Amino acid sequence: MGEIELEIPARPEYVSLARQVVAAAAAVEPRFRAERIDDLRLAVSEAITNAVEAHAEALGEGRIWIRCHLEVAGDCIRVEVHDSAGGFDPDAVPSVPEPDDPSRLGFEHGLGIPIMRELADETQIRATDSGTMVELVVYRSASAAPGPDDGAPVA
Amino acid sequence: MDFDLDVATHADGVSVVTVLGEVDVATAPALRQELLRLITEGVSPPRVVVDMAGVDFLDSTGLGVLLGGLKRVRAKDGSLVLARAEPQVRKVFEITRVIEILPIHDDLDAALDAVRA
Repeated sequence: MGEIELEIPARPEYVSLARQVVAAAAAVEPRFRAERIDDLRLAVSEAITNAVEAHAEALGEGRIWIRCHLEVAGDCIRVEVHDSAGGFDPDAVPSVPEPDDPSRLGFEHGLGIPIMRELADETQIRATDSGTMVELVVYRSASAAPGPDDGAPVA
Repeated sequence: MDFDLDVATHADGVSVVTVLGEVDVATAPALRQELLRLITEGVSPPRVVVDMAGVDFLDSTGLGVLLGGLKRVRAKDGSLVLARAEPQVRKVFEITRVIEILPIHDDLDAALDAVRA
């Protein structure tokens, strides 16, 4: 059913607009719980922020494509975020130390992917020909989601 | 963009940074700059309360700025504490376990007591 596509400049000031559109797309389904829309808004924002930062590092004034697919029968929204900033290896991101580790304060970055994985019911990060694609799936309520880790491939 | 900052410095040198709106990749640099200004140009050692009651969205970029502020404040033997966060903002601190490093006080007075301790 509802499919929405959005294309934004890969610039920080467009991230707020994009996450609001995605949240509003989920809210079209009245059974989507407000708390799950908050989770979706943040997870999508992290994915788009990573894409913006990848473009900034690639020194490109690129564009980011966001595709939302609201699956009423499946009780979920599926969101793809595509950038064209070259590649990105999620395994190359250093893992963040435990909070009681004194070096933890040195990690001002690197929390975006853990947040996505925590909040979305499914998270996939894949290399594409031109850059990176992040796919997030969020169910309308905790009870509508498959069990923990069921069919939630780790990218 | 829905974002604003206000800084009030008390007579004893404690600064309260009131943040309003959305803290993300577009707005976090302004918060970073304000914290840096307070830490480098303000009263030493710096004692800063960040009041987040008016924040309706905060992401990993915002967490990074607050962690960076804490690191710089500690380097100058100061303190930085957080006050008041809406549940959806508190959740970001909880799932990343940043709350174990940067606890969020439920009211402003408790935060002021903590930063003066």
